[in-house]
Amino acid sequence: MREFFKKRETTLLILIAVMLLLIVSQAPSFVSPENILRIINDTSILIMVSIGQFMVILTGGIDLSVASIIGFSGMAASMMNQYFPEMPIVFILFAGVGIGTVLGLFNGILIAYGKVPPIITTLGTMSIFRGFTFVLSKGQWVTAHEMTESYMHIPHGTFLGVSSLIWVGVVVSLVMYYFMKYVKTGREIYAIGGNKVAALFVGVKENKINIIVYSLVGMLSGLAGVMWTARYAAAVNETAIGFELFTVAACVLGGVNIAGGSGGVAGVILGALFLGILTNALPVVHLSPFYQLGLQGVVILGAMIVNSVSEKRNEKKLLNRRLQ
Amino acid sequence: MRKILILLLVLMITATFSFAAGQKEADQDSPLKIVLLVKSLGNGFFEAVADGGKEAAAELGNVESIYMGPSASTAEGQIEIIETLIAQQVDGIAISANDRDALIPVTRKAMKAGIKVISFDSGINVGGRIVDLVPSVEELIGRQQVQLIAELTDYKGQIGIVSSTSQATNQNAWIKWMYEEIKDPKYKDMELVEVAYGDDASDKSYREAVGLMQKYPGLAGIISPTTIGILASAKAIEDEGMEGKVQLTGLGLPSEMQHYIENGTSGQMALWNPIDLGYTSTFILEALITGKVAGNEGDKIDAGRMGTIEIGKDGKAVMGTPFVFNKDNIAKFAVMF
Amino acid sequence: MSKDEKNTISSKSLVDSSRLVDESGWRIRLVSMVTRWEFILLILLVMEVLIFSNLTPHFLNTFNLLNTTFTFSEKAILALPMIFIILSGDIDISVAGIMALSSFAMGYASTQGVGTTGLVFVGLGVGVLAGLFNGLLVTGLDMPAIAVTLASMTLFRGISQAVLEDQAYTKYPEGFGYFGQGYIGDSIVPFELILFLVLAVIMGFVLHKTTYGRKLYAIGNSSSASKFSGIAVNRIRLFNFILNGLFSGIAAVLLTSRIGSTRPNIATGFELEVITLVVLGGVSITGGKGNIFGVVLAIFLLGYLKFGMGLLNISGKVMIITTGALLIIAVLIPALMDTLKARNKLKNQKNSEVILQI
Repeated sequence: MREFFKKRETTLLILIAVMLLLIVSQAPSFVSPENILRIINDTSILIMVSIGQFMVILTGGIDLSVASIIGFSGMAASMMNQYFPEMPIVFILFAGVGIGTVLGLFNGILIAYGKVPPIITTLGTMSIFRGFTFVLSKGQWVTAHEMTESYMHIPHGTFLGVSSLIWVGVVVSLVMYYFMKYVKTGREIYAIGGNKVAALFVGVKENKINIIVYSLVGMLSGLAGVMWTARYAAAVNETAIGFELFTVAACVLGGVNIAGGSGGVAGVILGALFLGILTNALPVVHLSPFYQLGLQGVVILGAMIVNSVSEKRNEKKLLNRRLQ
Repeated sequence: MRKILILLLVLMITATFSFAAGQKEADQDSPLKIVLLVKSLGNGFFEAVADGGKEAAAELGNVESIYMGPSASTAEGQIEIIETLIAQQVDGIAISANDRDALIPVTRKAMKAGIKVISFDSGINVGGRIVDLVPSVEELIGRQQVQLIAELTDYKGQIGIVSSTSQATNQNAWIKWMYEEIKDPKYKDMELVEVAYGDDASDKSYREAVGLMQKYPGLAGIISPTTIGILASAKAIEDEGMEGKVQLTGLGLPSEMQHYIENGTSGQMALWNPIDLGYTSTFILEALITGKVAGNEGDKIDAGRMGTIEIGKDGKAVMGTPFVFNKDNIAKFAVMF
Repeated sequence: MSKDEKNTISSKSLVDSSRLVDESGWRIRLVSMVTRWEFILLILLVMEVLIFSNLTPHFLNTFNLLNTTFTFSEKAILALPMIFIILSGDIDISVAGIMALSSFAMGYASTQGVGTTGLVFVGLGVGVLAGLFNGLLVTGLDMPAIAVTLASMTLFRGISQAVLEDQAYTKYPEGFGYFGQGYIGDSIVPFELILFLVLAVIMGFVLHKTTYGRKLYAIGNSSSASKFSGIAVNRIRLFNFILNGLFSGIAAVLLTSRIGSTRPNIATGFELEVITLVVLGGVSITGGKGNIFGVVLAIFLLGYLKFGMGLLNISGKVMIITTGALLIIAVLIPALMDTLKARNKLKNQKNSEVILQI
């Protein structure tokens, strides 16, 4: 366990520290407690969905439709709130989560029983779900005055001085951490991605795992959809476009093997935080806005290279020790 | 196996082309097909433009108004659509362009094929269209934005801008005029500190607005001349508890901004009427197609309830001054667009 | 029936179905032909042509059918090297980023007074360099291709944005417009289309008639087995990425020429469309399976589908739903057919067993 922690998360922690130092030299107030909370708040949605993406990648798959699920369930929940303002918020929250789960289940069924490769399924449903968002909304947005106060309040309520959005992120992280580490199904997800043949031999049901994993990522995306639209008090048709690549990037940065089988929830959270800090810092530091995109590319690529090189060194060390 | 496939393909292609040779199309009595091609689908502003087009078509009688747009706002997507419009020989296209240069080759091709092309809202450069219907003069829009924020901040303080993408040509043109306007001595206590780009995404615009407030603790106001940008900025100001300290203006759709205008987060903002834009564009195209005018400088076009539109230098036609929305009138317009 | 019994039975049927049977019967041959991916694509293409020509008089028109290839030729050209990349188990999502960088370089060179020929070399050269950059990271540092190209696509586009800012390059030499707007001689055949067809023939030849092509299949099926049998796996993968860079450069020349200008957001979103084409063409995303014929069919299928729907003024939102559904269905049908085929095989197998017993 300690070995494992050393390998992945430490490198990333060091990278985050270096990045923070660089930012602070530009904008000292960036590491104030309020601002740290603000960044975590801003990154909570990314963390939730990235954990879902992580489980999918563990099985050797990928889900490119997460952003479209966020868009659709967010739009659906907002429209429910708009047309039935009397409807209890809890119900809308569950409806949004439920819609996300159903969309994820749809992916899962195609992948498990239709034998359609994950990347193709989700590339297809990415367009389909987005298209249906347009159809559902008839091209219109739902904005602040069409939402009820209590809907917009969902991510903003505070408990112990911390926003409910952060709490949701924390709860999701803890539950998923426990699930992946101590629950049988969680271990089976690792098994499928690590060595499929061996996993099937010991009785892991691949179809069941696929259905669970894609439904879960759908569920988390559905939750993210409600949070997203409530937080920005706007449900637009393009909500979260391009977000799927951020979730994949968070996983890769967090040391998840893109071919499946290895990685951990903690790493993914750190990976997401890394991206969150970066995207929050870029507008604050005194730098031409035109450099943002390029700098983002350089930093992510650099972090990936450092990650990969240090991992290789660790592997070599481990191998040498074993040989001795 | 492969041989059979290739044979089939060749057969099919030959059949296709021999069929095609005989095709010819001639129906004179069908209504004029006028297309409103917008930047992207799923935007309330352009949905309202489409309503204007339909209204004009109903008044003119001989016009079929078609509403088209790519699903993402790219020039490439618009070009694909224009190619199919050339193929089906529509009569006129009015375009709100994603790129004022990239569309020129294909719109030239359309005009060569006898289609009348005009641009509206977000223009195409000279040579790529006959008329460019601007909702208002770029200069006027830019200058007015500074005047609006100055009124809100009592002509004092630092002002930041949250724009859409850095490639959005009309936003860039307005921002250029904002920098001109603020040179006026009456703004001597004001400063435009930075242009941030929210890329028309709610999360990035929100982050950029928060970034501006952090970077400039004494920030007095934000100008956001784009619909998603102004919405996200309003929310950011509210969440940071800066209502009243950081003023907000920009260009926004009343139906989308009603909440923030009414609660004072944004004291006032401007916009032109998208319904009128679609309406006027359709009238201009109808006049060009039927040959009532050629589209030269000085030509006058009767545009129904909008009165007479005159074509100026470089084919520019101007609709009017942007309308200012505030607490008192927002509810009235919110039900319209 | 206990759980264990069920397992043994299913594994027995698995063995049965994979046993060799006499496959020369005409019925079996017919079934295997009809279930060939390319055949399904061809049927879909024919259906599409029939349907659209019934719905609109503008579809079956030589000029229109040729002219509309302008809208998908660049993506078609990008799909060719992507076949190689995906076949050997990699992926490249930075192609649109490379195009932006390459187009930016051409725009800059053009402001420096470089002529048409020079611009083409600049465009292709930058493409090759960008491809080399990706390839070196993937093979040299042994990083996953999706991770590398995910980051480099931001980087490449970011570079052009950093320099170009909110400006655009709009001045290109007179003759430069030919590549993306010109026709072959006085005909109505676009230059882009012919270039694509020529490149497709060349790439098809390399893929299906040379050892290089065979090695790609080998790597895709088992990278480690290929390594052990003496194939320079990494060198081939590196070359694939360079090739992909080169073709992205070609696509950049064509697109820049077609729209006569360069902005940092040029070709946004092309990468997913290109991957869709390759996958729809029957190339297995896990590598090792597919051919060029299917991809070429997929290119025309999707290109004319969009064109046909555009002619009918079908809204963009319906279009993206249709493309997404088509992608899934086109993979779902053969997968279901495979199950059918296996069942058929099993039946034959059982029949032959009976004969043997007699």
